Formats: sequence, structure tokens, C-alpha cells
Amino acid sequence: MATFKEFRNNVKPNWCPGCGDFSVQAAIQRAAANVGLEPEGLAIVSGIGCSGRISGYINSYGFHGIHGRCLPIAQGVKMANRDLTVIASGGDGDGFAIGMGHTVHAIRRNIDITYIVMDNQIYGLTKGQTSPRSAAGFKTKSTPQGSIEPALSPMEMALTAGATFVAQSFSTDLKELTAIIEAGIKHKGFSLINVFSPCVTYNKVNTYDWFKENLTKLGSIENYDPSSREMAMQTLMAHNSLVTGIIYQDPQRKSYQELIPGYGETPLAHSELQLDQDHFDKLAAEFM
Amino acid sequence: MINQLSWKVGGQQGEGIESTGEIFSIALNRLGYYLYGYRHFSSRIKGGHTNNKIRVSTTETRSIADDLDILVAFDQETIDVNYKELNKTGIIIADAKFKPVKPDDSGAALYVIPFTEMAADLGTSLMKNMVAVGASSAVLGLDIHVFNEVVEEIFGRKGAQIVQKNLEAIREGYDYMKALLGNNLGTLQLAKADGQKRLFMIGNDAIALGALAGGCRFMAAYPITPASEIMEYLIKKLPPLGGTVIQTEDEIAACTMVIGANYAGVRALTASAGPGLSLKMEAIGLSGITETPLVIVDTQRGGPSTGLPTKQEQSDLMAMIYGTHGEIPKIVMAPSTVEEAFYDTAEAFNLAEEYQCPVIILSDLQLSLGKQTVHPLQFDKVEIRRGKLVTDPIPEAVDKSYFKRYEVTEDGISPRVLPGTKNGIFHVTGVEHDETGKPSEVASNRKQQMDKRMRKTKNIRFDTPVHKNCKHDDSDLLIVGFNSTRGVIEEAMDRLEQEGIKVNHAHVRLIHPFPSAEMLPLVSNAKKVVVIENNATGQLANILKMNVGHADKITSILKYDGNPFLPHNVHTECKELFEYGNI
Repeated sequence: MATFKEFRNNVKPNWCPGCGDFSVQAAIQRAAANVGLEPEGLAIVSGIGCSGRISGYINSYGFHGIHGRCLPIAQGVKMANRDLTVIASGGDGDGFAIGMGHTVHAIRRNIDITYIVMDNQIYGLTKGQTSPRSAAGFKTKSTPQGSIEPALSPMEMALTAGATFVAQSFSTDLKELTAIIEAGIKHKGFSLINVFSPCVTYNKVNTYDWFKENLTKLGSIENYDPSSREMAMQTLMAHNSLVTGIIYQDPQRKSYQELIPGYGETPLAHSELQLDQDHFDKLAAEFM
Repeated sequence: MINQLSWKVGGQQGEGIESTGEIFSIALNRLGYYLYGYRHFSSRIKGGHTNNKIRVSTTETRSIADDLDILVAFDQETIDVNYKELNKTGIIIADAKFKPVKPDDSGAALYVIPFTEMAADLGTSLMKNMVAVGASSAVLGLDIHVFNEVVEEIFGRKGAQIVQKNLEAIREGYDYMKALLGNNLGTLQLAKADGQKRLFMIGNDAIALGALAGGCRFMAAYPITPASEIMEYLIKKLPPLGGTVIQTEDEIAACTMVIGANYAGVRALTASAGPGLSLKMEAIGLSGITETPLVIVDTQRGGPSTGLPTKQEQSDLMAMIYGTHGEIPKIVMAPSTVEEAFYDTAEAFNLAEEYQCPVIILSDLQLSLGKQTVHPLQFDKVEIRRGKLVTDPIPEAVDKSYFKRYEVTEDGISPRVLPGTKNGIFHVTGVEHDETGKPSEVASNRKQQMDKRMRKTKNIRFDTPVHKNCKHDDSDLLIVGFNSTRGVIEEAMDRLEQEGIKVNHAHVRLIHPFPSAEMLPLVSNAKKVVVIENNATGQLANILKMNVGHADKITSILKYDGNPFLPHNVHTECKELFEYGNI
């Protein structure tokens, strides 16, 4: 069985020293090993942005796509080969701005993939513009007077969109993050994991210290029940979404692929390409 | 007895005009006639004039007729809009309900039949179209027993009584019309057909069937006119093969999902029209630089923007060749018949895997939606070829280095491994990359990878890139077209030949890479070249000039009013150009 070291490759990430994404990379590697994956059984599809580079930094099949589209690509990969473990990942701009349409519908569709968002509340790779996760008043190069748009709560949004697995974590908490990613991979359906992954270069507000001060662990809330969508929503609203842990999970609902009529156990990618002549003749006869 | 005629039914959209044409033509097909249909419809569900024109012939026919013999009208607008199309012996059969009036300048005979009332007496006015079908059959002198089978197939699931009522409606319409005609059966009695069973389908049916035959097992698409029939067919037929169709949230998702699916090894398809293709452009570039197979259908319609969404146009040509920023290898094919739409779609999946690049199957509204008689489709002609797909076990790399998925090779094509394969790990990125897929901005690597990609399609193997009907070594006129104009050009060509003009016809089936070697001698040996296309700027003519030169003798006949060419458009305009020499 592969250890987390086998999910390392010889590529040096081009992230800034201190970037939260390093811990996310480590957590994915650990979680993959912990759930018993082999490198070739994992496909990581990523978007564009600093965090989007992650698919090249893990020893697995990796697909670095186009901005905002990691989710449809990842869903296509899973549809083609259900035996692969598929992780989609990218930044908050990728998933909640340009790719938001896909995020909402991937949640609804509930194909069995895990989506990890590295949320730094800013556009880093383009050198510091506002993101849909930036708070109102946040000053950036594109909002010199402070943002006049409120921040989006992806966790609340996911609950209303019909998510079956919603979790949030903080990049410094490698233990919690690894456990959540493991749970996400094991979840039979779409899992959304938002990770606070601070940008040490451009975000001087939402820093490591800021998160330490403001985050609440769901484990510390008495009688918190992640199977209750109502409690999940109330807790998010009460804490301005600044909580970590598994916020909500519905283990009952079947994944998209389990619901497709006729969809076989054999991965489509391994299915027979040739029709037989009889089958073809029957199809053609319908046009006579 | 005549051997061919044109029949048209018209009324308000949502009134069953479509199904009237459908039932009548299915019956004609069963009797062995060759058919070619044209639907005039609007971008709305209820209301607005719609009509369905069908050419019926005892011999093969591949275009809409210039004129009309029978007009079946469910409202006055149908008469007013279409009566001028009727020829000297043409007739109008109209529903008494709207008190039809024949325009003063119409020489057509008008027959008034209480379609609606007769249908209502039988139980429901909805069956008025059946009465009209019966009346039409009487004019043509058809044996209406053919409807027993057709009506059973269409209404059988609604119960025996419904079937019976519909058959009665046909019979009553037939008898009523016969009584009106009396002993004078008119000049529109159609010669008997050969009774052979033939395929009767639209281009979109052939594309979808071609996809199945070509091994396509997954489709992601977003509904759009005139492409939706492809996804609607495949969602019915893929589940028994283990596959499926996902209706995505948008066009970009459809294209990128199909890229993901192809990357992971399934043959996957997306289909759309111009607006969808515009949205897919960035993803097409991703397929190009990542060398991921991708098959896309573009059923062209009137553009730009929403344009004329239900009308014929061929104006996406340049966008399909050059669309997406940057430069990638790409294959753009343009089937010219429904049969070719079948074979080409199946072949597109081979080309996409062999050349590891996007393949666009260009269609147009008339080819995609015009229902017509089709030659038998030879399934044994369909091959499955997967190019340099690695299926043998891969030895473990000594230094944990990635598989060289983008290895620089002589033909530019590199071995392709599917995710899940042991020791085959490589990286895919839309960023310029090295042979293992790792991002690289090194100038020499950039040039090497760019050259490698671009040389893949340099010597593309493509069966019959140009459909040629070239009897003359030296022609007076070379007519060039693509997609659905083939039948119209063939008919116009016959007329021009009869008038003593030596005409060659070349229909371009591989648009990109352009088959210059095939086209150059044809252009060189023609006195004049006319390119027929449904757009305003002569896109194919420009491509032809760019690739083979001879700009001084190449001219265009263009039509961009939303309607397909008729044979006489091409005939008279070619003749004018030829006679007056204003080329």
C-alpha cells in the first residue's frame, strides 16, 4: 500500500514561502495514503490561480485545466472512469467567481468527487485583486476604496444548493484537514471542502493570526449534529461562517452515478466500443 | 401520372403542422418514394406561421423544389405567404373553418374541405391534420392502406380507439377529396414507387447514430436549436450500452466535461450551434494544447449572437477554423449528405484519437433538420482506430520521472496513456509544458512543443476530402460548396450542362486542414469558379483563394436571408455570371 511519500513528486511548488497551500498539498497526500489509494488511482483536476498548480505537485494523474472549469473536467473524468478517485481543486476566485455556475450544479448533481477550495479571500496570481470571498470594505488593487460588495458564504450557498457533504478547515490544522479530506473522499457523492489557506503576500487582513482568533471548531459546539441541515445553517449564520469541521453530511442520498439507469459497474473508459451488427440493424430499422 | 411533386402544409406553430408532415412523409417513405423535406419554423412554441415542405419523387432527390404543387392550408396566412410558389397546375387544399380566400392573382385551384369540422365530428378537432393527410393522399392517388401501419406505430400506445379514429379521419379526408375531384383526378396523380424500404432521417439522427457506431459512450450538452436532437437521441440509446448523456449547466461545462471524459478514455461528444461554439472556444484551445481528443458538432444556424436561430446559414466556417486564441492543430470536417454525416461522425472519433486534437463536425440547419430518404448505412464500413493509445503494461521508471506523454516524435503524435494506468503518470496542463507535461517557459521547449503539435495534422489521412463530380478535364465553370448545398448544386449543374455549359462540381468535405492539393487542379483547369454559400462574406471563397490562389477567377453566390438555396437560384445566377462574364 502506498505511503504519503509516494504521493510526492520531484516538482518544487512555486508558491510563496508560508503560503497555506503547502499544507493542503500535504493533507491531500496524507489523506490519499490513509484511505489506501495508489498514485495511479488518483486524478487531481485543478483550476487556474496559485492554488491551481496543485495538480502538478502531487504524484498522481493531474489535469491543470482552464480558469473556473476544474469541476466539469473532473466530473467528466469520473463519468468516464468511476474506478478513479477524483479530486477537483482550485482557489476561491476559480470556484466562487468564474466557476460559480459549475460549483452550484456540481453540488446539485452529486457526482462522487471531492472538491477542495483553497480560500485566501483574494486573487493572488494576478497580484492582489478582490475576490467574491473578500469582505466588504476590503482594500485591494481593484477596490482601492474598499470593496462595496459583501463576501459570499460558500458553505451557506452549498447547503441551499442541495449539498450532501459540506466541510471547512484551516490549512494550519493538518490533522483536522487530513481527516476531513479522507471523509470527503469516502463520501459517496459530491463533497465540498473549503480550506482557509492564507495568502501571505497580498492578504494582510485574513492572516494566520486572524483566523486563529476568529475560527470556531464545530467539535467545540455542544451537541453539534452534522446530519441536521437546519442546525448547519443556523450555526453558519451565528458564526459568520467562520467554523471548521464537517458542517453537514447526508450519507443517504445516492450519488449521480448510482442513479443513472443502465450505468454499469465497468468504467465507461473500458467498455466495448464496437456495436454488434444486430444492434446496429435494429437502430437503423427505427428510421424506416 | 407524374414522377415527382412538392407538397407543403402550413399553419400556426403548435397546431400539429409538424406532425401532419411527419405522418404523410412516413407513409410516402413506406411506399418507396424518395423524399426531401424542409421545415420553415420560428423561434417560438405557439403561434407564428410554420410550414413543412416535402419533395416526393420516384427517383432520388436531394434538394427542395423551386416550386410547389400542393399547398395544404390551415389558415389564410399560409395561403397568402405561399401561394406564389405554386406552379401552373398547383392546387390549394384549405380548411373551411377559416373561410379561405384565393388571392386575385392566383391561378391555382382551391379545394375547400371542412378539416376541423370533420375531425370534431369524429371526436376531436385535433385530428384535422389526419383529414388533411387523407385529402392529400387522394390527390396523389395513394393507397391509403399504408396508413394502417403508420398510425398504429404513432398512436398505438394511446389505444386501439385512438388508432381507429385517426384512420377514420384519414379515410374521410380521402373520400371527401375524391368526391371533390370527381372523375377529373387532376394532373397530380403520382406514379407508383418501388415499395422498397429505405431510411428516412434527419442529419442529426445520422450524426447521433454515427456517434454510437463510432464508439461514443458519453455526451455532455446544453440544449440548443438545431442540435438538440442529437442529445435527445443519445439519451435514449446510450443507457443499454452503459453510457449516458448529461445535460450540463452551460456550454462551457459541456465542452470541458467532454474533455475530461476523453482524457479518461471514453469516446465522448458534445454538440451545439454557433452561440454554444462561441462559448466553447477557450476549452477547444485546452483540448488543442493538452492534446486531448475532443469531438464537437456545430450545427450552423443564422448568426451572429442569437441571429436567426431557426434558419439556415453557413457562417461559422472561419470561427470553426480559427476560433480559440493562440494556435492549435484542429480538424474541421463538413459532411455534405446525411449518409456522410453518419460516416464522418463515426470517423471523427478515430481522427480525434489518432491526431489527439479537437475535431469539429460542421453541419448546417438544413442538413441537420431536413428529413430525407437516405441510402443504406453500411455499418461494416465503420472502423475503430485509437491511434497511439498505450495498452501494454508500462515498465516502472527508474527515477520516479513522469511518463513522456508529450514526447517529441517525428509525426508529432505522442503515446497516450489513460489515467489509472500503472507507471503511466504524467501531468496535463493548458500551460506550455515539457515532454512529461510539466509547465515550462523555456524558449527552445516552447518551439519544440509547438512544432510537434502543429505537424500532427500536416499529412492528415482523410478519405475523400473533396466530393468531386468532375466530368470535364477543362471546365467552363467549377461550382464549389460545402454541407447541405450539394443537392441544389447538383440539380443546377444538370440544367447548366443541358444548356451546353461544361460544369464541374467540388464539394469540400474536409475544411481544415484545407485539401489544397485536391482543389488546385480543379480550380486551375476551370475558366471560372463559383463558390455557393449561405453567408454574407464568402467565407469558403476566401479560404479557397487563400489556399490555392487564382483570386481573379473565383467569385461567390451568396444567400443569407435565412432560407436555403433553391436550384433555380444557383442555376440562374451561375448562368448570368457565365453569360455576362462579370466574374
